[in-house]
Amino acid sequence: MAVAVAAQLLAVYSGKAFLLTQLTMSAYYTLAVIALSLLMGHAGQISLGHAGFFAVGGYTSAVLTTLDLSPRRNEEIVGVLARVGVLVERAELYGGQVLVVHPWVAFLCAVALSVTLAFAVGIPVMKLKGHYLAMATLGVGTIIFSVALGTTWLGAADGISGVPAFPLLRNLGVAGGASERVANYYVAFGLLALGMLLLLNLVQSRTGRALRAIHGAEDAASAMGIDVASLKLRTFVLSAALAAVAGVFLTHLNGGIGPSEASIMKSVKYVAIVAVGGMGSLWGTLGTSLALSFFSLRGWFGAFDDAVFGLILVAVMLFAPDGVLTLLPARAAASRSRRTRAAPAPEGDGGYELPVALAGQRPGEEGR
Amino acid sequence: MSELFFQYLMAGLTYGMIYAVVGIGFNIIYNATGVINFAQGEFAMLGGMIAVSLVGAVPLPVAIAGAVLATMAIGALIEIAFFRWLSGPSVLRMIVITIGLSILIREAALLVWGQQVRALPYFTGDEVASLSIGGARMSPQVLWTVGTCGAMVVLVTGFFRWTTAGKQMRACASNRVAASLCGLPTRNLVTLSFVLSAGMGALAGCVVSPITYTQYNVGTGLAIKGFTVAILGGLGSSLAAVAAGLVLGQLEAFSVSLLPSAYKDSVSIAVLLAILFVRPTGFFAARVAYRP
Amino acid sequence: MHMKTFRVLALAAAMIAAPRALAEEPIKIGALLAVSGPAAFLGAPEARTLQMLVDETNARGGIQGRKVQLVLKDTGASPEKAISFAKQLIEEEKVFAIIGPATSGETMAIKRLVEEGKTIMLSCAAAEVIVQPVAPHVFKTAQKDSHAAIKIFQQMREMKISRVGLLTSNTGFGKAGKEQIEKLAPDYGIRIVASEVYDKAATDLTAEVTKMKAAKVEAIVNWSIEPAQAIAIKNIRQLGLTIPVFQSHGFGNVEYAKAAGAAAEGVIFPAGRLHVADLLPKTNPQRAVLVAYRTGYESRFSEDASGFGGYAHDAFRILAAAIEQAGGPDRERVRAAIENMKGFVGASGVFNFSPADHNGLGLDAFELLTVKNGRFVPLSR
Repeated sequence: MAVAVAAQLLAVYSGKAFLLTQLTMSAYYTLAVIALSLLMGHAGQISLGHAGFFAVGGYTSAVLTTLDLSPRRNEEIVGVLARVGVLVERAELYGGQVLVVHPWVAFLCAVALSVTLAFAVGIPVMKLKGHYLAMATLGVGTIIFSVALGTTWLGAADGISGVPAFPLLRNLGVAGGASERVANYYVAFGLLALGMLLLLNLVQSRTGRALRAIHGAEDAASAMGIDVASLKLRTFVLSAALAAVAGVFLTHLNGGIGPSEASIMKSVKYVAIVAVGGMGSLWGTLGTSLALSFFSLRGWFGAFDDAVFGLILVAVMLFAPDGVLTLLPARAAASRSRRTRAAPAPEGDGGYELPVALAGQRPGEEGR
Repeated sequence: MSELFFQYLMAGLTYGMIYAVVGIGFNIIYNATGVINFAQGEFAMLGGMIAVSLVGAVPLPVAIAGAVLATMAIGALIEIAFFRWLSGPSVLRMIVITIGLSILIREAALLVWGQQVRALPYFTGDEVASLSIGGARMSPQVLWTVGTCGAMVVLVTGFFRWTTAGKQMRACASNRVAASLCGLPTRNLVTLSFVLSAGMGALAGCVVSPITYTQYNVGTGLAIKGFTVAILGGLGSSLAAVAAGLVLGQLEAFSVSLLPSAYKDSVSIAVLLAILFVRPTGFFAARVAYRP
Repeated sequence: MHMKTFRVLALAAAMIAAPRALAEEPIKIGALLAVSGPAAFLGAPEARTLQMLVDETNARGGIQGRKVQLVLKDTGASPEKAISFAKQLIEEEKVFAIIGPATSGETMAIKRLVEEGKTIMLSCAAAEVIVQPVAPHVFKTAQKDSHAAIKIFQQMREMKISRVGLLTSNTGFGKAGKEQIEKLAPDYGIRIVASEVYDKAATDLTAEVTKMKAAKVEAIVNWSIEPAQAIAIKNIRQLGLTIPVFQSHGFGNVEYAKAAGAAAEGVIFPAGRLHVADLLPKTNPQRAVLVAYRTGYESRFSEDASGFGGYAHDAFRILAAAIEQAGGPDRERVRAAIENMKGFVGASGVFNFSPADHNGLGLDAFELLTVKNGRFVPLSR
C-alpha cells in the first residue's frame, strides 16, 4: 500500500497525473486476478472462464442502474421499492430523469448473483480435474459470453453504456471523470488492498493450509479429514465473488461494459497473469497483473498486445514455472528444491502427469 | 417437410465433419503424451494458410501436400523447442504452455499473412455447385470432408493398432518410464506424435477451407469445437470423435430449427458441460469409473 | 575560435533559431482506430488513409500554415482500450480532435467521455445512436444504416418482393442493421417472415438458410461485415435458392466478392460510389474526389481502396475544412463550423450538417450496386 501511495504522489508531481487512470483500471482487473490466483495457485483448480464472473458482476450492476423503471411507476412493487429507497431518481446523460436501482443495491445484487452462479456451476465442476476442469470452466465462460453477446436487453454486441457513478460517500463516487481521478485511484487501490488482506489472511490460516494440502495431494488431504469438495467449492465461490466486485466497480468507472469483458481471451489473459506471477504467490500475481494490465492499457505493446502476452506466457512457463519471482536467486533455489522434493505422480510415469478426470479412459487406449 | 429434414441433416453433417476432422488431431498427441494440445486449431489454420499461399504457384494437390509437410515440420519444431526438454511438467503447466503457443502462432500468422480472408478453391466444382441428395442439397466439398475424415480415422486407428511405432507410442503414454526402460525411443516418439497431429490438423484445415474460409484467427474456434468433439467421444479414440462430431453437428443443426440460431454455439457448450458433469469419459468410452 | 567569429556565429544561430521558435505549434489530431484485431478490415484502411492525407496536407504546408500531427492509437476493437486511449488522448496528449473509432461499440463506450472532455470526435462507425441523441461534439461520417435499409426496400418494392428473410451477425453492425430493417419494413409493405442471428465467426450457415427456405422467402437480406457475409451467399446458392440476395453496405469490399466467387454474382447492395467512381458521369460532384482518393490510395499502398477508408477520408477533410473556415484550431468555432457545414463533397456522399443532424448524409449517399463478373457495377434500372 505504501508503494501505491508513493506511486501516486510521484505521478502527480511529475505532471503525469493521467497515468493514474490506467493504474486505476489496472487495479480493478488485478482484484479479479488475485482472486483467480487463490483458486488456481492455492487450491490448484484451473479456471478458464473467470472473466465470466467479472462480467456477471459488471453486467448486473450495469443493467440495474440503467434500466429505466419510470414507465412502470404506477405498479405497486415499483412504488414500494421507490419509497424504501431501493429505487432512486437520477438525471440521465441527455437530460430527463430515470428511475433506476440504487447503485448499492445493484452492487449487492451483482455479488449475490455471481455467488449463486458460482455455487450452481461449482458443484459439478469442482469434481473434475485437469483438462476436463479446464474445458468445463471454458465452457461456462463461453456460455456467459454467448448470453451477453446474444441477448438484446443486455445490449448484445454494444454492451451497456451510460452507467452512472457509484456513490461511496457524500462527495465521493466511482466514476471516470478527470477531476475524480485521484480519489478514484485511492478507492481502487484501497479496495485492492482490502482484497489482498483478505486473501493473505485466508492463505495463512488453517483454511489456507488445507487448501495447499488439497493442491498437493487430494486423496491424502481427504484422508486427513479435510472436506475437500466443500473447501474447493467455497474457494471457487469466493474468487467468483471478488471478481464480481471488481467487475461492478470497473463498470462504474468506465461508465459501461461490453461482451468483450467476458470473452475467452480475457479469461486466458487472467490465467496467463496468474501463471506468470507465480501460482502460489499472491504478491507475484499482484505485481505482474498491475504491470501487464497497465502496459496493455497504455498501448505500449501496440498491435502486438496478444503476441506479447503469449510470449511472456510461454517463456515463463518454460523457464520459471513457479512464477516470475522465482527468477530471483533466493527464490529459485527454494523452488527447485520444492520441485525435486515432490515425488513423481503416483502412477510413476516420470513423463507427463496424466490428466485423469475420473479414472476411465486413459491415454494409449486408441485402437483398443 | 421431409425435404427440410434432410436439409437439416445435411447441414448437421457439414458442421459435424468440420469439427470431427479437427478433433481427430487432438487424439494423437493425447495418445502419446496424455496432453491436450490447445494449439491444435492453429495447425489447421496453418495448413489452410500455407496451402493458399502455395496454390498460386502449384496445382492444388501439390499445394495441399506441401502445406501438410510444412505444418508437420512446424509441429516437430514446436515439440523440440518447447516440450522435449521439460522434465515432469504438471497438467496445469502444459495447458498454459499450449495456450500460450496457440496465441503466438496466431499472432505470427497475422504478421505473415495479414488479416485478410482466404480460401482454397473448391476441390471439385465451385462456390455454387451443389449435389442433390434425397431432395436436400449440399456442396460437394462436404463429401470431400467426409471422405477425408474417414480416411483419417482409418489411418490413425490403423497406425495405433497395427504399426510398431503406433504401439510403441501407446506404451509410451501408458507408462513412460517403463517404456524407456524397454529401450523405446520415447523422446522421438513424442516428436512423431506432434508431427502426425500437425499433419492431420493441416489436412483438416485444407479440406474445410473452401467451406469456412481461412483467416489468421480461425484456429481458436476450430480448436474449441474439435476439442469438444474429442471429449464428447472420449479422449483417445478417433472413431469416437467422429461419431461425437456427427451427433453434435446434428444437434446444432436441428437446434437452429427450434431456437434462434444466436444460441447455436451455446447448444454445443451446454452438451459438453452436461457430458462433463455426468460422464466425462465421453459417450463411447468402454469404461466408466467414478472416484468418490 | 576567434571571439568575433564566435559572436557572429552565435548571432547567426540565433537568427536561424528565432523564426523557428516563433513557428506555430502543430495541430494534434488523435485517431483511435482498430488497426489490428477483429475489425482490422475497417481500421487498417482508415489508418492508412489518414496517414496519406496527413502527409499530403503537411506537404502542402499544413492547415492555416500549421503542420498536422497525427497521434494514432490502435485499439484492436477493444472498448476498454478505446476508453483508456481516449482518456490518454484527451488529457495527456491534449489533442484537438479525435477521428474514429472504427466500430460502434467503441464509439458508444467513449461518447460521454469525449463530450465531457469537450473534444470534437468524428467517428467512422455506423450506429445511429452515435448521433442520436445528439451530443454537441460528436459527429459521424459513415452513412446511416436506415438509409441503406431504405434503399434496399425501395428496390424490393420495385421487384414486387414482400416476403423477406433476414440474416444478421451478432456484432454491433449486424444488430444495428437488424433494428433498422425490422423497423422500416412495414413502411414498404414488406414482411420479415424469418430472421436469424448468427455468430460472427460462423463457419457454415446451411442450417440458418434452410430455415429461410422453409419459410418460403422471396428474397434474403444478409447484414454483416465479416467473412460470414461471403459464406452466407455461398450457402444460399448451394441450397439451390435462386432468389435475389441483398447485402448491407458492409459488402463494399471487393475482397468479399472475390471470396464468394460465383456465388456473388447478382448480389445487390447499397454502397458509396467509391467502387464505381470511374463509371460516374463527369458531372457528378463526387467523381473528382473519389478518383483522386482512389488513385492516391492505390498507388501508395498497392491495394484496393475500400469504402471504409472513405469514412476516415471524409472525417479528416471535414475537420480540415472546418479549421480553415474557423480561422484556426478554436474548439468552439470549429465545432460550430462543422455543425453548419453544407454541401461538403466527400467520398461517402455529400454532407449537409445541422445542429440536429450530426451525420449529414442523406439517402443519395447510397447507390445500389451489384456484382457482375466479379466486379462492382451500378445496378441498372
